[in-house]
Amino acid sequence: MALLTSKSLTVTIAGKRICENFDFQLERGQYWGVLGGNGVGKTTLLLTLAGFRQPDQGDISIDGINLTQWRRKALARKLGILFQDSLDTFPALVIETALTGRHPYLPFWGIEDKHDIDIAQQALLDVSMQTMATRQVNTLSGGERRRLAIATLFVQNPLLWLLDEPTNHLDLHHQISLLQLIIERVDAVNGGLFMVLHDINLVTRFCTHAMLIIDHESILCGPVEEVMTLENLQSLYQHPIKELESDGIKYFFPE
Amino acid sequence: MPLFRQTYSRVLSGQVLLILFCLSGLSFLSILFSLSVGSIDIDLSQVFAALLGGAQTMEAKVILELRLPRILSGFIVGGLLALAGALMQVLLRNPLAEPYVLGVSGGASVFALTAMIAGLSGVWINLGAFAGAFVSILLVFGLSRIGGSWNPMRVLLTGVVVAAGWGALISFILAISPATKLHSMLFWLMGVLGYARYSHFALAVLLMALAISMSIARSLNLLANGDQQAMALGVSVNQLRYLIYFLASLLTATAVMQAGSIGFIGLIIPHLVRLLFGSDHRLLLPVSVLLGGCLLVIADGLARTLIAPQQLPVGVLTAMIGVPLFLVLLQTIVIRQK
Repeated sequence: MALLTSKSLTVTIAGKRICENFDFQLERGQYWGVLGGNGVGKTTLLLTLAGFRQPDQGDISIDGINLTQWRRKALARKLGILFQDSLDTFPALVIETALTGRHPYLPFWGIEDKHDIDIAQQALLDVSMQTMATRQVNTLSGGERRRLAIATLFVQNPLLWLLDEPTNHLDLHHQISLLQLIIERVDAVNGGLFMVLHDINLVTRFCTHAMLIIDHESILCGPVEEVMTLENLQSLYQHPIKELESDGIKYFFPE
Repeated sequence: MPLFRQTYSRVLSGQVLLILFCLSGLSFLSILFSLSVGSIDIDLSQVFAALLGGAQTMEAKVILELRLPRILSGFIVGGLLALAGALMQVLLRNPLAEPYVLGVSGGASVFALTAMIAGLSGVWINLGAFAGAFVSILLVFGLSRIGGSWNPMRVLLTGVVVAAGWGALISFILAISPATKLHSMLFWLMGVLGYARYSHFALAVLLMALAISMSIARSLNLLANGDQQAMALGVSVNQLRYLIYFLASLLTATAVMQAGSIGFIGLIIPHLVRLLFGSDHRLLLPVSVLLGGCLLVIADGLARTLIAPQQLPVGVLTAMIGVPLFLVLLQTIVIRQK
C-alpha cells in the first residue's frame, strides 16, 4: 500500500493555484526530491500533504487512511515533518528540544524515562551535537539549529518523512553527511521520503524519484533518470543549464 | 552558570518533589511572616498559639478572623495570577503576555465600578467583576474567531484593543464618579486584598486549573516551540488553545473577582521560574503557583505595615517589588545570551 496518496488534489494559496487535479503516489522505499522555482508552491504542497493546510478539493491518504480520519498523535508516529525554520520564544535546552520527538510515543500522563533520553542522546550523537545537550537553543548557530531539528525528527522516527529544504543553513560537509544519515534512517524503517531541495545535484545523488513543479498545470513526476533531463530542468528554472559527467555520474550546473 | 541547571534531569529524576517541598516550606514561612506583621506586630509564638487553637486573646482574634482569611485568599490569588500568566504566555507565544493583556481585568473593572456607582457593595461587586470578566472573555474569543483562523497574533491584537476600549470606559466612569466613591474605586483598580475573604470557589478553581494544565503540560512544552511544530509532533493545537484560553481566563476572572487587578505577579513569576528552573511546564506551572502565592502574601504583609495603621493597595507593592525584579531578570537574560 502506498505511504502517501493524493487524488485529484487542487491547492490554492492567496488566489494562486499550486496544483490542479493532481494525482500522486509515494511508495515505501522511494525517495522523492522536489524541485521548483521560488514561489511555485513547494512548501504549500508539502504542508497540504502533511495535513497542515486544507486542499480546495481532493483526497490525501497516509498509509491507506484518509488524512482527515487520522488522530494527530497517531499520525505523528507515521508522518514526520521538517519545517523551513524553527521558532524559539522561550528558553529551552538542546536535549529538551530533541526529547520533544518522543511526545507521540508517550502515554498521556507519561514522563520521559531513560529509554527516551537514550534515544534523544543517540540522535544528538548522529548529528554530532552530543556535547551541546545542555546548551540553550537560542545560543546555537543557524546550522546547529537545523541539525537539532533533524535530530528531533530522528527521535520521532516516522515512516513518511516530509522535509522542507533540509539542507538550509548547512555547510557542505553536513549537507552530505546529514542527507546520507536521513536516507539510512528512512531505509531502516522501510519508509518513504519527500524533500524539497534547491540543489539539483543533491536530488540526483540521493533521490530515486523527482518532482519538478514547473507550474500548476505541469508537474513532472517520475524516476530521477527519466525526469531529470537537461531539457526539463531548463524549462523548470528558465535558465540555461550545462550537463557534465564525471565517473559516470551526471552533474548539472547553471550557465 | 549554576542557576540554569538541566530541567530535564529535574523533571525526570524526582527532583521535582524536592523543589516543590522546599517551595511549600517557603510558602508556609511567607504566610507566617504575613500573619505576624500589620498594624500591630504579633510575635510568632502567639501566631502559633492562635493557629493551634485555644488562645482567646485579642491577638488570636486578629490572626484568625482578620489576617488568616485575607492571607489565604491572597495566597490563592497570587497562585491564580501566576498560573494564568504562565498559560497566557504560552498561548500567545509572547514573553510579555500577562493575565490582563486580553482585557479580562478591564471588563471586570468596568462592571465592578459600575456596580459601585450604582451603590452596590460587598459580594455584588465581586459578582459584577466576574460577570464583566466573562463578557470580555467571550467578546475577545468571538471577535478573534470570526473567519476561522485563530492564531496567537490575531488573539493578541484583538485582546489588546478590547482592553484599550475597557480602559477608556474605566477613565470615563472615574471622570463622572462622585468624589466620595473615587477613593475606593481607585483602590479596587490597583488591587486590594482588604475585601478579599477566603473562598472555597477560588481554591477549587485554582486546584482544578492546576490539575488540568498539569495533564497537558507536555503538550504546552511543544506549543511553546510553535503551532506547526506542536502539530507535527501530535498535538491537537486548536483544541489545546481553546482550553488554555478558557483556563487562563477563568483563573484571571477568579483572581480579579477576589482582589481587583493586582499587577505584575502574572508577568514576572513565570519568567522568574523559567530562569531558576527552566521552561518545562511540568515544573513551571506548580512552582509558579507557589511562588506567586508567596510574593503576593509577602507584598500584602508589607502593604499593611509600611504606612501602618493605613494600608497601601497591594498592587502598588507587587509592582514596587516586581518592576526592579523584572528589570534585573531581563539583564540576567541579556548577560546569559552573551
